[in-house]
Amino acid sequence: MIEFQHVSFAYEKDRPVIRDLSFRIESGESVGLIGANGAGKSTVMKLLLGLLPCEGQILVDDTPVTKETLKTIRRKLGFVLQNSDNQMFMPTVYEDMIFAPLNYMVSREEAEKRVDAVLARLGLTELKYRHNHKISGGEKRMAAIATILAMEPEAILMDEPTSALDPYNRRVVINTIRELSQTKIITSHDLDMILDTCDRVLLLSEGQIVADGPAGEILRDQALLESHRMELPLSLSRRD
Amino acid sequence: MNKMEKALHELSEMDDLAAQSSPIHRLHPAAKLLSTIAYILLTVSFHKYDLTGLIPMLLGPVLLFQLSGIPVRTCFYKLRIVLPLVMAVGLFNPFFDRAPLLQLGPVAVSGGVISMLTLMLKGVFCLMASFLLMATTPIDSLCAALRKLHVPGLLVTLLLLTYRYVGVMTEELAVMTDAYHLRAPGQKGIHVSAWGSFLGQLLLRSMDRAQELYASMLLRGYHDHFHYAGIRPFRLPDGLYLVGSILAFLLLRFVPVAALLGSLFVR
Repeated sequence: MIEFQHVSFAYEKDRPVIRDLSFRIESGESVGLIGANGAGKSTVMKLLLGLLPCEGQILVDDTPVTKETLKTIRRKLGFVLQNSDNQMFMPTVYEDMIFAPLNYMVSREEAEKRVDAVLARLGLTELKYRHNHKISGGEKRMAAIATILAMEPEAILMDEPTSALDPYNRRVVINTIRELSQTKIITSHDLDMILDTCDRVLLLSEGQIVADGPAGEILRDQALLESHRMELPLSLSRRD
Repeated sequence: MNKMEKALHELSEMDDLAAQSSPIHRLHPAAKLLSTIAYILLTVSFHKYDLTGLIPMLLGPVLLFQLSGIPVRTCFYKLRIVLPLVMAVGLFNPFFDRAPLLQLGPVAVSGGVISMLTLMLKGVFCLMASFLLMATTPIDSLCAALRKLHVPGLLVTLLLLTYRYVGVMTEELAVMTDAYHLRAPGQKGIHVSAWGSFLGQLLLRSMDRAQELYASMLLRGYHDHFHYAGIRPFRLPDGLYLVGSILAFLLLRFVPVAALLGSLFVR
Protein backbone atom coordinates (compact mmCIF):
# COMPACT_ATOMS: atom_id res chain seq x y z
CA MET A 1 0.00 0.00 0.00
CA ILE A 2 1.30 3.44 -0.95
CA GLU A 3 -0.23 6.60 0.43
CA PHE A 4 0.47 10.30 -0.09
CA GLN A 5 -0.98 12.53 2.64
CA HIS A 6 -1.04 16.25 1.85
CA VAL A 7 2.35 16.18 0.17
CA SER A 8 3.85 19.39 -1.18
CA PHE A 9 7.20 20.04 -2.76
CA ALA A 10 9.01 22.90 -4.49
CA TYR A 11 12.39 22.93 -6.23
CA GLU A 12 12.41 26.73 -5.88
CA LYS A 13 10.78 28.65 -3.07
CA ASP A 14 7.30 29.97 -3.98
CA ARG A 15 7.12 27.78 -7.09
CA PRO A 16 5.55 24.54 -5.88
CA VAL A 17 5.74 21.57 -8.20
CA ILE A 18 3.54 19.33 -6.03
CA ARG A 19 0.68 20.90 -4.09
CA ASP A 20 -1.16 19.20 -1.26
CA LEU A 21 -1.19 15.87 -3.05
CA SER A 22 -3.13 13.00 -1.48
CA PHE A 23 -3.89 9.58 -2.91
CA ARG A 24 -3.71 5.93 -1.96
CA ILE A 25 -2.66 2.94 -4.03
CA GLU A 26 -3.53 -0.54 -2.83
CA SER A 27 -1.28 -3.58 -3.21
CA GLY A 28 -1.49 -5.20 -6.62
CA GLU A 29 -2.96 -2.13 -8.32
CA SER A 30 -1.67 -0.96 -11.67
CA VAL A 31 -1.71 2.82 -11.76
CA GLY A 32 -0.85 5.16 -14.60
CA LEU A 33 0.39 8.60 -13.62
CA ILE A 34 -0.27 10.90 -16.55
CA GLY A 35 0.00 14.59 -17.20
CA ALA A 36 1.58 17.15 -19.49
CA ASN A 37 5.27 18.06 -19.30
CA GLY A 38 6.04 19.71 -15.98
CA ALA A 39 2.89 18.36 -14.29
CA GLY A 40 5.03 16.71 -11.60
CA LYS A 41 4.89 13.03 -12.55
CA SER A 42 8.58 12.26 -12.17
CA THR A 43 8.72 14.36 -9.00
CA VAL A 44 6.00 12.19 -7.45
CA MET A 45 8.14 9.13 -8.18
CA LYS A 46 11.23 10.75 -6.66
CA LEU A 47 9.29 11.78 -3.56
CA LEU A 48 8.00 8.27 -3.11
CA LEU A 49 11.52 6.90 -3.38
CA GLY A 50 12.81 9.39 -0.85
CA LEU A 51 15.09 11.08 -3.36
CA LEU A 52 13.57 14.47 -2.54
CA PRO A 53 12.43 15.87 0.80
CA CYS A 54 8.82 17.04 1.10
CA GLU A 55 6.13 18.48 3.32
CA GLY A 56 3.33 16.11 4.32
CA GLN A 57 3.69 12.39 4.70
CA ILE A 58 4.28 9.48 2.36
CA LEU A 59 3.58 5.97 3.61
CA VAL A 60 4.65 2.64 2.17
CA ASP A 61 2.94 -0.26 3.93
CA ASP A 62 2.09 2.16 6.75
CA THR A 63 5.79 3.03 7.18
CA PRO A 64 6.50 6.74 6.67
CA VAL A 65 9.23 7.57 4.15
CA THR A 66 11.95 9.13 6.29
CA LYS A 67 15.72 9.08 6.33
CA GLU A 68 15.65 6.27 8.89
CA THR A 69 13.25 4.05 6.95
CA LEU A 70 14.71 4.61 3.47
CA LYS A 71 16.60 1.33 3.39
CA THR A 72 13.46 -0.67 4.19
CA ILE A 73 11.29 1.37 1.84
CA ARG A 74 13.69 1.18 -1.09
CA ARG A 75 13.95 -2.55 -0.77
CA LYS A 76 10.22 -2.74 -1.44
CA LEU A 77 10.24 -0.39 -4.42
CA GLY A 78 11.93 -1.02 -7.73
CA PHE A 79 12.40 1.98 -10.00
CA VAL A 80 12.93 1.66 -13.75
CA LEU A 81 14.51 4.89 -14.96
CA GLN A 82 13.60 6.56 -18.21
CA ASN A 83 17.17 6.44 -19.43
CA SER A 84 18.34 2.84 -19.23
CA ASP A 85 21.97 3.93 -19.66
CA ASN A 86 21.75 5.61 -16.28
CA GLN A 87 20.25 2.51 -14.74
CA MET A 88 22.67 0.00 -16.23
CA PHE A 89 25.91 1.24 -14.74
CA MET A 90 27.80 -2.04 -14.48
CA PRO A 91 29.80 -3.44 -17.41
CA THR A 92 27.53 -6.42 -18.09
CA VAL A 93 23.83 -7.22 -17.75
CA TYR A 94 24.60 -10.00 -15.29
CA GLU A 95 26.53 -7.75 -12.93
CA ASP A 96 23.83 -5.12 -13.08
CA MET A 97 21.20 -7.69 -12.21
CA ILE A 98 23.14 -9.16 -9.32
CA PHE A 99 24.02 -5.72 -7.91
CA ALA A 100 20.84 -5.18 -5.88
CA PRO A 101 20.43 -8.71 -4.48
CA LEU A 102 24.04 -8.70 -3.23
CA ASN A 103 23.56 -5.28 -1.66
CA TYR A 104 20.53 -6.65 0.13
CA MET A 105 22.63 -9.48 1.53
CA VAL A 106 21.16 -12.23 -0.61
CA SER A 107 23.79 -14.98 -0.95
CA ARG A 108 25.64 -15.06 -4.27
CA GLU A 109 24.20 -18.50 -5.02
CA GLU A 110 20.63 -17.36 -4.42
CA ALA A 111 21.26 -14.12 -6.32
CA GLU A 112 22.56 -16.07 -9.31
CA LYS A 113 19.45 -18.24 -9.26
CA ARG A 114 17.28 -15.12 -9.23
CA VAL A 115 19.18 -13.61 -12.14
CA ASP A 116 18.83 -16.76 -14.22
CA ALA A 117 15.13 -17.10 -13.38
CA VAL A 118 14.35 -13.49 -14.32
CA LEU A 119 16.35 -13.69 -17.54
CA ALA A 120 14.57 -16.91 -18.51
CA ARG A 121 11.18 -15.43 -17.66
CA LEU A 122 11.79 -12.38 -19.85
CA GLY A 123 13.46 -14.40 -22.59
CA LEU A 124 16.74 -12.53 -22.18
CA THR A 125 19.07 -15.38 -21.28
CA GLU A 126 21.35 -14.64 -24.21
CA LEU A 127 21.94 -11.13 -22.87
CA LYS A 128 23.38 -12.34 -19.56
CA TYR A 129 27.05 -11.73 -20.23
CA ARG A 130 26.63 -9.03 -22.87
CA HIS A 131 28.18 -5.64 -22.24
CA ASN A 132 25.69 -2.92 -21.41
CA HIS A 133 27.22 -0.52 -23.90
CA LYS A 134 26.88 -3.05 -26.69
CA ILE A 135 23.20 -3.94 -26.49
CA SER A 136 20.42 -2.17 -28.37
CA GLY A 137 18.02 0.35 -26.85
CA GLY A 138 15.17 -2.17 -26.67
CA GLU A 139 17.38 -4.82 -25.10
CA LYS A 140 18.70 -2.26 -22.64
CA ARG A 141 15.19 -1.31 -21.55
CA MET A 142 14.24 -4.95 -21.04
CA ALA A 143 17.49 -5.55 -19.17
CA ALA A 144 16.73 -2.52 -16.97
CA ILE A 145 13.37 -4.07 -16.08
CA ALA A 146 15.17 -7.36 -15.41
CA THR A 147 17.59 -5.67 -12.97
CA ILE A 148 14.60 -4.43 -10.99
CA LEU A 149 12.80 -7.78 -11.06
CA ALA A 150 15.93 -9.45 -9.68
CA MET A 151 15.42 -7.29 -6.58
CA GLU A 152 12.03 -8.95 -6.10
CA PRO A 153 10.37 -5.66 -5.12
CA GLU A 154 6.80 -5.42 -3.90
CA ALA A 155 6.05 -2.49 -6.17
CA ILE A 156 7.56 -1.39 -9.46
CA LEU A 157 7.78 2.23 -10.51
CA MET A 158 8.44 3.02 -14.14
CA ASP A 159 9.30 6.36 -15.66
CA GLU A 160 8.38 6.46 -19.35
CA PRO A 161 9.10 2.76 -19.95
CA THR A 162 8.26 2.88 -23.66
CA SER A 163 9.96 6.13 -24.63
CA ALA A 164 12.34 5.96 -27.61
CA LEU A 165 11.45 2.37 -28.44
CA ASP A 166 10.48 1.07 -31.85
CA PRO A 167 6.97 -0.47 -32.16
CA TYR A 168 8.20 -4.03 -31.74
CA ASN A 169 10.24 -3.33 -28.61
CA ARG A 170 7.43 -1.16 -27.26
CA ARG A 171 5.06 -4.10 -27.58
CA VAL A 172 7.58 -6.42 -25.90
CA VAL A 173 7.89 -4.00 -22.95
CA ILE A 174 4.09 -3.61 -22.71
CA ASN A 175 3.57 -7.37 -22.66
CA THR A 176 6.21 -7.70 -19.99
CA ILE A 177 4.60 -5.02 -17.83
CA ARG A 178 1.21 -6.67 -18.18
CA GLU A 179 2.60 -9.93 -16.88
CA LEU A 180 4.09 -8.38 -13.73
CA SER A 181 2.07 -9.22 -10.66
CA GLN A 182 3.53 -6.50 -8.41
CA THR A 183 1.94 -3.14 -7.66
CA LYS A 184 2.82 -0.89 -10.60
CA ILE A 185 3.03 2.86 -10.92
CA ILE A 186 3.84 4.01 -14.43
CA THR A 187 4.38 7.55 -15.65
CA SER A 188 4.12 8.08 -19.35
CA HIS A 189 2.91 10.21 -22.23
CA ASP A 190 2.21 7.00 -24.11
CA LEU A 191 -1.48 6.81 -23.23
CA ASP A 192 -2.05 3.74 -25.37
CA MET A 193 0.48 1.92 -23.23
CA ILE A 194 -1.19 3.20 -20.06
CA LEU A 195 -4.52 1.96 -21.40
CA ASP A 196 -2.94 -1.42 -22.09
CA THR A 197 -1.21 -1.86 -18.75
CA CYS A 198 -3.07 0.10 -16.06
CA ASP A 199 -6.43 -0.35 -14.35
CA ARG A 200 -6.40 3.07 -12.78
CA VAL A 201 -5.19 6.49 -13.87
CA LEU A 202 -4.20 9.55 -11.88
CA LEU A 203 -4.21 12.70 -14.01
CA LEU A 204 -1.77 15.24 -12.66
CA SER A 205 -1.88 18.90 -13.55
CA GLU A 206 0.21 21.65 -11.95
CA GLY A 207 1.16 19.40 -9.08
CA GLN A 208 -2.39 18.33 -8.21
CA ILE A 209 -4.54 15.36 -9.03
CA VAL A 210 -7.38 16.54 -11.25
CA ALA A 211 -8.79 13.12 -12.06
CA ASP A 212 -8.55 9.70 -10.47
CA GLY A 213 -10.46 6.72 -11.82
CA PRO A 214 -10.52 3.68 -14.09
CA ALA A 215 -8.08 3.98 -16.99
CA GLY A 216 -10.76 3.20 -19.57
CA GLU A 217 -12.94 6.03 -18.29
CA ILE A 218 -10.36 8.80 -17.91
CA LEU A 219 -8.52 8.03 -21.11
CA ARG A 220 -11.81 8.24 -23.07
CA ASP A 221 -12.65 11.67 -21.66
CA GLN A 222 -11.46 13.88 -24.51
CA ALA A 223 -12.57 17.14 -22.90
CA LEU A 224 -10.77 16.34 -19.65
CA LEU A 225 -7.57 15.33 -21.42
CA GLU A 226 -7.55 18.31 -23.76
CA SER A 227 -8.18 20.74 -20.93
CA HIS A 228 -4.91 19.48 -19.43
CA ARG A 229 -2.82 19.61 -22.60
CA MET A 230 -3.25 15.95 -23.48
CA GLU A 231 -4.95 14.01 -26.24
CA LEU A 232 -6.98 10.85 -26.51
CA PRO A 233 -4.90 7.70 -26.94
CA LEU A 234 -4.41 6.99 -30.65
CA SER A 235 -6.26 3.69 -30.35
CA LEU A 236 -9.36 5.57 -29.08
CA SER A 237 -9.27 8.64 -31.26
CA ARG A 238 -11.63 8.82 -34.21
CA ARG A 239 -10.00 8.45 -37.58
CA ASP A 240 -11.52 10.41 -40.47
CA MET B 1 31.66 7.12 -39.36
CA ASN B 2 32.89 10.22 -37.50
CA LYS B 3 35.85 10.33 -35.15
CA MET B 4 33.74 9.74 -32.04
CA GLU B 5 32.01 6.73 -33.53
CA LYS B 6 35.40 5.33 -34.52
CA ALA B 7 36.59 5.80 -30.93
CA LEU B 8 33.51 3.97 -29.66
CA HIS B 9 34.06 1.18 -32.14
CA GLU B 10 37.66 0.78 -30.98
CA LEU B 11 36.54 0.69 -27.37
CA SER B 12 34.13 -2.12 -28.09
CA GLU B 13 36.90 -3.95 -29.97
CA MET B 14 38.86 -4.04 -26.71
CA ASP B 15 35.95 -5.90 -25.12
CA ASP B 16 35.99 -8.36 -28.01
CA LEU B 17 39.71 -8.96 -27.52
CA ALA B 18 39.20 -9.52 -23.80
CA ALA B 19 36.39 -11.98 -24.50
CA GLN B 20 38.63 -14.27 -26.57
CA SER B 21 39.93 -17.53 -25.20
CA SER B 22 43.64 -18.33 -24.89
CA PRO B 23 45.94 -19.62 -22.14
CA ILE B 24 46.63 -16.00 -21.17
CA HIS B 25 42.95 -15.00 -21.24
CA ARG B 26 42.10 -17.93 -18.98
CA LEU B 27 44.56 -16.95 -16.27
CA HIS B 28 43.32 -15.44 -13.02
CA PRO B 29 43.14 -11.63 -13.40
CA ALA B 30 45.13 -11.07 -10.19
CA ALA B 31 48.00 -13.18 -11.56
CA LYS B 32 48.07 -11.15 -14.76
CA LEU B 33 47.80 -7.88 -12.88
CA LEU B 34 50.64 -8.64 -10.47
CA SER B 35 52.82 -9.98 -13.25
CA THR B 36 52.22 -6.80 -15.29
CA ILE B 37 53.02 -4.58 -12.32
CA ALA B 38 56.24 -6.52 -11.72
CA TYR B 39 57.17 -6.17 -15.39
CA ILE B 40 56.57 -2.42 -15.38
CA LEU B 41 58.52 -1.86 -12.17
CA LEU B 42 61.46 -3.89 -13.42
CA THR B 43 61.40 -2.17 -16.80
CA VAL B 44 61.44 1.34 -15.39
CA SER B 45 64.22 0.38 -12.97
CA PHE B 46 66.83 0.18 -15.75
CA HIS B 47 69.52 2.85 -15.68
CA LYS B 48 69.05 5.59 -18.25
CA TYR B 49 72.13 4.50 -20.20
CA ASP B 50 71.42 0.75 -20.00
CA LEU B 51 69.89 0.47 -23.46
CA THR B 52 71.37 -2.94 -24.27
CA GLY B 53 70.18 -4.33 -20.95
CA LEU B 54 66.67 -3.03 -21.56
CA ILE B 55 66.13 -4.45 -25.04
CA PRO B 56 65.75 -8.11 -23.94
CA MET B 57 62.79 -7.02 -21.76
CA LEU B 58 60.84 -6.91 -25.01
CA LEU B 59 60.86 -10.71 -25.00
CA GLY B 60 58.29 -10.80 -22.19
CA PRO B 61 55.43 -8.96 -23.91
CA VAL B 62 56.24 -10.43 -27.33
CA LEU B 63 55.99 -13.98 -25.98
CA LEU B 64 52.77 -13.20 -24.12
CA PHE B 65 51.26 -11.57 -27.22
CA GLN B 66 52.01 -14.78 -29.11
CA LEU B 67 50.43 -16.94 -26.42
CA SER B 68 47.34 -14.75 -26.22
CA GLY B 69 46.80 -14.76 -29.98
CA ILE B 70 46.65 -10.97 -30.12
CA PRO B 71 48.80 -9.54 -32.91
CA VAL B 72 51.44 -7.04 -31.73
CA ARG B 73 50.38 -4.73 -34.56
CA THR B 74 46.92 -4.43 -32.94
CA CYS B 75 48.63 -3.08 -29.85
CA PHE B 76 50.58 -0.45 -31.82
CA TYR B 77 47.49 0.48 -33.82
CA LYS B 78 45.35 0.96 -30.70
CA LEU B 79 48.08 2.91 -28.96
CA ARG B 80 48.92 5.09 -31.96
CA ILE B 81 47.73 8.25 -30.20
CA VAL B 82 49.56 7.62 -26.92
CA LEU B 83 52.79 6.30 -28.41
CA PRO B 84 54.01 9.64 -29.83
CA LEU B 85 53.48 11.21 -26.42
CA VAL B 86 55.53 8.48 -24.78
CA MET B 87 58.18 8.87 -27.46
CA ALA B 88 58.27 12.60 -26.82
CA VAL B 89 59.21 12.14 -23.17
CA GLY B 90 62.96 12.02 -23.71
CA LEU B 91 63.08 14.21 -26.77
CA PHE B 92 65.11 16.98 -25.13
CA ASN B 93 67.70 14.70 -23.54
CA PRO B 94 70.15 14.97 -26.50
CA PHE B 95 70.25 18.74 -26.01
CA PHE B 96 71.06 18.60 -22.31
CA ASP B 97 73.38 15.61 -22.18
CA ARG B 98 75.91 15.98 -24.98
CA ALA B 99 78.82 14.06 -23.51
CA PRO B 100 79.83 11.24 -25.90
CA LEU B 101 79.08 7.84 -24.41
CA LEU B 102 80.06 5.48 -27.16
CA GLN B 103 81.61 5.46 -30.57
CA LEU B 104 79.81 3.79 -33.48
CA GLY B 105 82.50 3.84 -36.14
CA PRO B 106 83.10 7.50 -36.91
CA VAL B 107 79.90 8.60 -35.10
CA ALA B 108 80.04 9.59 -31.43
CA VAL B 109 76.75 8.85 -29.70
CA SER B 110 75.99 11.14 -26.79
CA GLY B 111 74.54 10.07 -23.44
CA GLY B 112 71.44 12.16 -24.24
CA VAL B 113 70.66 10.07 -27.30
CA ILE B 114 71.07 6.82 -25.38
CA SER B 115 68.94 8.04 -22.46
CA MET B 116 66.29 9.27 -24.92
CA LEU B 117 66.13 5.87 -26.60
CA THR B 118 66.06 4.12 -23.21
CA LEU B 119 63.19 6.29 -22.01
CA MET B 120 61.25 5.75 -25.24
CA LEU B 121 61.69 1.99 -25.07
CA LYS B 122 60.72 1.88 -21.41
CA GLY B 123 57.51 3.74 -22.26
CA VAL B 124 56.72 1.52 -25.23
CA PHE B 125 57.39 -1.71 -23.31
CA CYS B 126 55.23 -0.59 -20.37
CA LEU B 127 52.42 0.38 -22.71
CA MET B 128 52.63 -2.99 -24.44
CA ALA B 129 52.39 -4.80 -21.11
CA SER B 130 49.44 -2.66 -19.97
CA PHE B 131 47.68 -3.14 -23.29
CA LEU B 132 48.14 -6.89 -23.05
CA LEU B 133 46.57 -6.89 -19.60
CA MET B 134 43.56 -4.88 -20.82
CA ALA B 135 43.19 -6.95 -23.98
CA THR B 136 43.17 -10.27 -22.14
CA THR B 137 41.13 -9.33 -19.06
CA PRO B 138 37.55 -8.02 -19.01
CA ILE B 139 37.25 -4.81 -17.00
CA ASP B 140 34.89 -6.34 -14.43
CA SER B 141 37.33 -9.17 -13.69
CA LEU B 142 40.16 -6.68 -13.47
CA CYS B 143 38.21 -4.58 -10.96
CA ALA B 144 37.32 -7.65 -8.94
CA ALA B 145 41.02 -8.56 -8.88
CA LEU B 146 41.97 -5.04 -7.78
CA ARG B 147 39.55 -5.31 -4.88
CA LYS B 148 40.95 -8.73 -3.95
CA LEU B 149 44.34 -7.04 -3.80
CA HIS B 150 42.85 -4.47 -1.40
CA VAL B 151 43.00 -1.51 -3.75
CA PRO B 152 40.63 1.12 -2.23
CA GLY B 153 37.04 0.52 -3.33
CA LEU B 154 36.50 4.13 -4.32
CA LEU B 155 39.34 4.01 -6.85
CA VAL B 156 38.15 0.73 -8.31
CA THR B 157 34.55 2.00 -8.57
CA LEU B 158 35.85 5.10 -10.32
CA LEU B 159 37.77 2.96 -12.79
CA LEU B 160 34.76 0.75 -13.45
CA LEU B 161 32.31 3.61 -13.92
CA THR B 162 34.75 5.61 -16.04
CA TYR B 163 35.15 2.64 -18.36
CA ARG B 164 31.39 2.11 -18.49
CA TYR B 165 30.57 5.74 -19.17
CA VAL B 166 33.42 6.86 -21.39
CA GLY B 167 31.40 5.42 -24.29
CA VAL B 168 28.21 7.17 -23.21
CA MET B 169 30.01 10.50 -22.86
CA THR B 170 31.66 9.99 -26.23
CA GLU B 171 28.21 9.46 -27.71
CA GLU B 172 27.02 12.70 -26.11
CA LEU B 173 30.05 14.48 -27.51
CA ALA B 174 29.39 12.98 -30.95
CA VAL B 175 25.79 14.25 -30.88
CA MET B 176 26.93 17.73 -29.82
CA THR B 177 29.64 17.80 -32.47
CA ASP B 178 27.19 16.72 -35.17
CA ALA B 179 24.68 19.36 -34.02
CA TYR B 180 27.44 21.98 -34.20
CA HIS B 181 28.63 21.03 -37.67
CA LEU B 182 25.09 20.93 -39.05
CA ARG B 183 24.79 24.58 -38.12
CA ALA B 184 28.34 25.52 -39.02
CA PRO B 185 28.82 24.11 -42.50
CA GLY B 186 32.28 24.29 -43.98
CA GLN B 187 33.90 24.88 -40.63
CA LYS B 188 36.78 22.63 -39.72
CA GLY B 189 36.68 21.52 -36.11
CA ILE B 190 34.97 23.53 -33.41
CA HIS B 191 35.68 27.22 -33.31
CA VAL B 192 37.59 28.35 -30.25
CA SER B 193 34.75 30.70 -29.27
CA ALA B 194 32.46 27.69 -28.77
CA TRP B 195 34.88 25.62 -26.70
CA GLY B 196 33.73 27.07 -23.38
CA SER B 197 30.03 26.43 -23.90
CA PHE B 198 30.81 23.05 -25.44
CA LEU B 199 32.76 21.87 -22.42
CA GLY B 200 30.26 23.50 -20.07
CA GLN B 201 27.39 21.63 -21.71
CA LEU B 202 29.29 18.40 -21.53
CA LEU B 203 30.04 18.96 -17.86
CA LEU B 204 26.38 19.73 -17.09
CA ARG B 205 25.24 16.64 -18.95
CA SER B 206 27.81 14.57 -17.09
CA MET B 207 26.60 15.93 -13.77
CA ASP B 208 22.97 15.22 -14.60
CA ARG B 209 23.85 11.72 -15.59
CA ALA B 210 26.02 11.19 -12.53
CA GLN B 211 23.18 12.28 -10.25
CA GLU B 212 20.70 9.94 -11.85
CA LEU B 213 23.19 7.11 -11.84
CA TYR B 214 23.92 7.61 -8.16
CA ALA B 215 20.17 7.63 -7.44
CA SER B 216 19.88 4.37 -9.36
CA MET B 217 22.65 2.88 -7.21
CA LEU B 218 21.05 4.07 -3.98
CA LEU B 219 17.68 2.67 -5.02
CA ARG B 220 19.26 -0.72 -5.46
CA GLY B 221 20.72 -0.84 -1.98
CA TYR B 222 24.17 0.72 -2.54
CA HIS B 223 25.86 1.77 0.70
CA ASP B 224 29.50 2.62 0.03
CA HIS B 225 30.32 -0.92 -0.93
CA PHE B 226 30.42 -2.26 -4.45
CA HIS B 227 29.98 -5.93 -5.21
CA TYR B 228 32.04 -7.07 -8.14
CA ALA B 229 31.65 -10.07 -10.36
CA GLY B 230 32.62 -13.30 -8.73
CA ILE B 231 35.96 -14.44 -10.03
CA ARG B 232 37.07 -18.01 -9.89
CA PRO B 233 39.53 -19.07 -7.17
CA PHE B 234 43.25 -18.64 -7.68
CA ARG B 235 44.56 -22.02 -8.85
CA LEU B 236 47.94 -23.68 -9.21
CA PRO B 237 48.47 -22.73 -12.90
CA ASP B 238 47.80 -19.09 -12.00
CA GLY B 239 50.42 -19.28 -9.24
CA LEU B 240 52.88 -20.98 -11.57
CA TYR B 241 52.34 -18.28 -14.20
CA LEU B 242 52.80 -15.54 -11.64
CA VAL B 243 55.97 -16.96 -10.15
CA GLY B 244 57.33 -18.08 -13.52
CA SER B 245 56.75 -14.77 -15.24
CA ILE B 246 58.22 -12.73 -12.40
CA LEU B 247 61.29 -14.99 -12.30
CA ALA B 248 61.68 -14.61 -16.05
CA PHE B 249 61.40 -10.83 -15.80
CA LEU B 250 63.94 -10.81 -12.94
CA LEU B 251 66.26 -12.87 -15.09
CA LEU B 252 65.90 -10.45 -17.99
CA ARG B 253 66.44 -7.55 -15.61
CA PHE B 254 69.50 -8.70 -13.71
CA VAL B 255 71.26 -11.05 -16.10
CA PRO B 256 72.89 -9.13 -18.98
CA VAL B 257 71.29 -11.31 -21.65
CA ALA B 258 72.25 -9.04 -24.53
CA ALA B 259 75.88 -8.84 -23.37
CA LEU B 260 76.09 -12.61 -22.92
CA LEU B 261 74.66 -13.20 -26.38
CA GLY B 262 77.05 -10.64 -27.80
CA SER B 263 80.03 -12.29 -26.13
CA LEU B 264 79.30 -15.43 -28.14
CA PHE B 265 80.13 -13.55 -31.30
CA VAL B 266 82.52 -10.80 -30.20
CA ARG B 267 85.63 -11.30 -28.12
